[in-house]
Order: sequence, then structure tokens, then C-alpha cells
Amino acid sequence: MSGLAKQKKAGLLSIGFVLTQFSFSPVFAEQRPFNLGSIATAEQVAGWDIDVRPDGLGAPIGAGNAIDGEAVYTDRCASCHGDFGEAVDNWPALVGGEGTLASHDPVKTTGSYWPYASTMYDYIYRAMPFGEAQSLTYNETYQIVAYLLNMNDIIDDDYELNNKNIGKIEMPNHAGFLIPDPRPDAQSISGDPCMNDCNVPTQIIGKARDIDVTPENES
Amino acid sequence: MTKKHDQSLSLSRRSLLGGATALGAASVLNSASAGEVNPDNLPPNVPEWTPYLGEGVDANPYGLPSEFESHVVRRNVEWLTASAESSVNFTPLHELDGIVTPNGLCFERHHGGVPEVNPTDFRLMINGLVDRQLIFTLDDLRRFPQTNRFYFLECAANGGMEWRGAQLNGCQYTFGMVHNVQYTGVRLSDICREVGVKPSAKWVLAEGGDSAGMTRSIPIEKILDDCMVAYAMNGEALRPEQGYPARLVVPGWEGNMWVKWLRRLEFGDMPYMAREETSKYTDLMKDGNARMFTWVMDAKSVVTSPCPEKAINNRGVQLLKGIAWSGRGKIKRVDVSLDAGRNWQTAELHGPVLEKSLARFTMPFEWNGEEMLIQSRAIDETGYIQPTIQALQAERGVNSIYHNNAIATWMVNKDGSVDNVRLG
Repeated sequence: MSGLAKQKKAGLLSIGFVLTQFSFSPVFAEQRPFNLGSIATAEQVAGWDIDVRPDGLGAPIGAGNAIDGEAVYTDRCASCHGDFGEAVDNWPALVGGEGTLASHDPVKTTGSYWPYASTMYDYIYRAMPFGEAQSLTYNETYQIVAYLLNMNDIIDDDYELNNKNIGKIEMPNHAGFLIPDPRPDAQSISGDPCMNDCNVPTQIIGKARDIDVTPENES
Repeated sequence: MTKKHDQSLSLSRRSLLGGATALGAASVLNSASAGEVNPDNLPPNVPEWTPYLGEGVDANPYGLPSEFESHVVRRNVEWLTASAESSVNFTPLHELDGIVTPNGLCFERHHGGVPEVNPTDFRLMINGLVDRQLIFTLDDLRRFPQTNRFYFLECAANGGMEWRGAQLNGCQYTFGMVHNVQYTGVRLSDICREVGVKPSAKWVLAEGGDSAGMTRSIPIEKILDDCMVAYAMNGEALRPEQGYPARLVVPGWEGNMWVKWLRRLEFGDMPYMAREETSKYTDLMKDGNARMFTWVMDAKSVVTSPCPEKAINNRGVQLLKGIAWSGRGKIKRVDVSLDAGRNWQTAELHGPVLEKSLARFTMPFEWNGEEMLIQSRAIDETGYIQPTIQALQAERGVNSIYHNNAIATWMVNKDGSVDNVRLG
């Protein structure tokens, strides 16, 4: 917050400086200190402003359900994520993982982990399929999201997901995120740290060499 | 200071003179690509490179390192990721001195490969809660007032494989997702004045022009405090893999937010909850809840020599080298232990020590074939002390992946080779 206050002050000072230097320029009627760049047209902004917020702002007009989504998913997604979202090779699983987050091996999927359905729409449209960004239609994207939500037992297979309700889907792990950042944590020491004869664990309980997953470096 | 440490610092005449006692196994490990010694090149002979003319100017219009340094490269761990386009490699910290990372050695982290952005067609769009939605060309950006700053960039997942135990046997693989360069560019506060930010704007969505369309939400206070749009690093244009022609610089905060190939900044009144700040870059705690918006990179340090890739070749005097950094400001002090953290001594911190930048430390010590357990511990200007892995695990468990800034332990074996080990 102090940074904001500081910058506001600095900003006012600089604007004053620029005004004396370029007081002939009519642009300063609107206090534009550098007069750089060009106005973005509504059409230009619409083409690039593809993000969708948790409240649904930005969701383009369109709709789809899981029944229609199955074919699109099978065609465009399943080769990496598996027919049922179970994942192929090292690619991410999209379905399942409920109840695993506190376990030794948590499985973080759209169903078990993701807090917002809007993020699924936003990400799939902007970045998927991998290497074919922004190639899906709006309706195809709604269909794929609906299919994944249905596979995760969040909506029925005939539920029509659209731009009006994408911001209202309740995700199972919605309440699973903690804000604000509690760090710095893990500080058992206040003041100067121990320098001599410190009571610390000194037994060797593991060696990376024994695990043997380090790549060989050929020079 | 304990007696043991006094001894380690007293460099005897014997150790200085007798340091050439080569240790077979260790010197093979560390011989790099220079090969065997050729006596014909040693005094009193005239070395083979002396009598003849060497290459003239322009043999390499863009200069390259010596061929004998060809082992100094970024390396990846193939099994970590599904594809090279969405993957990471690591800076060879153990081969570097000073605080500047050469541009070609800065680690890479891409989510959709490296786009080839033509600078003529580059555009940065500013939209949302602003008085004027504007589009800037690269030339526009270069006409803004300029700022030049050194900053470290660390991936939040640096050391992420080491939460449960010592897994990768190398300084490069366990600490190498950090680099430090001088950025040249525009203060975002200047861009904000140009577009006129509305009072209701609290967050900025930064978006990349790559195939991943990388997006992160950043609070407006940070944007106005010290963020910049950089178009140069270490004096030259950004490298393609570092976001050419322009990237965001978010000093002290996790590398994922430093959006590369920047194409758009949108001002809004709430966070956008992009995939990379919900599904990824959230820190799963042991109770199954996850911390969100853990942006700052806490203080950290590592000994870069000796380390698993830098064995000790000779008995006697050694120079321990390392780096330290903090996302909360300047490094105040670095302590080094040679006995698993029982006893510590303060290393020499070399200037310049800058805010949110790598700092270099060194410490001489003597080694005579005994086992050693080497650690370093950074303290930043806020008084924060780099924690042990046990302290981090007690607080967070072992599943958080991100923000592991624990003290590491390098074990020097009797033959001079070095292992990444876990103490308990």
C-alpha cells in the first residue's frame, strides 16, 4: 500500500514536470504524459480480450452440454487426457481425485482441485488443444467444459452450460484455497540464529545418488 | 567461533604447497572438457597456440564461449514433463561466478514453446478499467523513460522435487531455476499514467502471446511499485526464450508471473483466477487446503562449489562459493556450516548487494580428505532466516511443490566427490 501512495505522489510530480516542458501540446488537455501508443478500437480489444473471470465476465455467447461434448472431447482431447480424463503418459488427469488432497499422493484434477469452472473455459479456449491454441469454437469449448464437469459429477449430462451460468457453477474444492499468503512462516528463530553447538539433525537419512533419477551429463 | 572453525580457516603452508595431491576419482568427475594435460604445452616448452596466428576478427560475429567450456549449458530432466514445449531446464549455477547470469544460460520455462514474435508486428494492448485503451508498438515502448535494474527471477517450483528427500544429485537440477540479469525497459507506473488507470482498478491481468496464452493476475499495488516491461537483458534484446521482444518484470515474485512475449495488460476490479494461479502455482498444505497468491520468493542460498557437480580435486585450501537472494529485499548475511549445521561462520558477501538480486558469497576452507556436510543459510534485510527443510515440512507438509527455500546439504565424501543428502 505504501508503494501505491509513493507512486501516486511521484506520478503527480512527473506530470507537472512534463506539462512545463511540453505545454504547447494540446494532448495534455487529457493529461497523457507521453502521447505514445494509439487508441485501441473496440474490434481490436474484442479480438484479444479472451479471458473469462470467475463471475462469468468475458464469457462469449455460446452453449453446450456433456452429451454433445463427448464427441468433441474424444476428437480433440482424449489422445493426451484419456477417454475418461484419466490421462495418458505424463499429461494431466482431468477427472477424479476426490478426497485425495490431504493424502500422501494428491490427485489434482478439474474436479478435485480447480475452484472455478470459468478457469476451465478460459484455459481450454486460450491454450487447448496443446499446439492448436484458440482453434475451438465457443460452443465446442462450452461442450468440452460441460463434458468434464459431468465426468466429475458436478452437472448432469443434459445441463446446458452457457455464458450466463458459467460463473455460477459450484466447484467441489471452491473453499479449498487460503488467502492471504501467511508467509513468512516456518520461522522458529527470532533474532540472531544459532552459530555454535546448534542442536540440529545430523544423521544422513537419504542420498540423491541412491535414488538414481539424475540425468547423466555427457560432455 | 569454535576451535574447529579456526582450524578450517588457518591455511597452512603445507596445504598451500602440497595442494596438488590429486585424487583420482574426483579429478575425473571434474575434468570438464579440457582433457589430459599435454606436457608439450607446459614450461619450459612453447605451447602449441603460441607460434601461429590465431583466428582473425569476425570469425564469430556473435562471440561464443571457448570450446573448452562446451559443458557449461542448460540441462533438463526429461522424465519431469510430458513434452519439451511445456517443460523446464536449469541454469548451470555451479559453473558461474559473480551475480550476472549470461543470457544463453538463463533457465527456460515454457508452457507452449517459444513463439517467434516478429518485433515489427509486436503489439502491447492495454484495456479494461483505464481512461484510454491503448496499443503500443515496440518503438513506442522504447520511447518511454527508461529504467535499468538487476533482478533475480526464480521459478516457484525451484527445488520442488526435493520436498520429500534428496532426489536429484546436482546443484543445477535442485537450484537452477533461478537467474539474475540486468533488465532495461519501462516502468509500469509510467504506462499506467499514459493510459490513466481508473480508481476502481485493483488487479492487472498480464497475458502472453504464446501458444499457452500465459495469464496471471497481479495486484495494482505491485504493478505501481516496481514492475516493468523489459525489452532488454544484460544490454541486448531479450532472448526469444526469455520473452522477446518484451516481457513483464515482477521483482522478487515468482517467475511464472513474469509473463513473456507480453501482448496484453487488462485492468480489472478482481483477480481473474487463471489456470496458472488456481490449478498451478497454488501450494497444497498437509490438511488438503492450498495457499493461493503466494507470490514472494523467500530468502534462499546455495553453495555452488563444492557441490555434486563440483568435486574437490585437491587436498588443502579450497574456495567455497555460493549465491543468495531474497524477494523481500537485500541479502544481509550468509552463514556457512561445514558440519551439518552444528557450527556456522559468516561468509564474505561480495558487492554489489542489490535489492531482489542474487548476491555472491565466498569462504575459504581447508579439506584434508575428511567427510564434510556443507550448508549455507541466508538472512535478508527483514531479518528473515532461510529455514531448514524440517521447519518447512512441519509448517506445510511435503505436497506443496512450490516455494521450497530450505537449506540444502552437500556431503563431501572422502574421495572428494560430493552428494546431495538429506539429514534427519
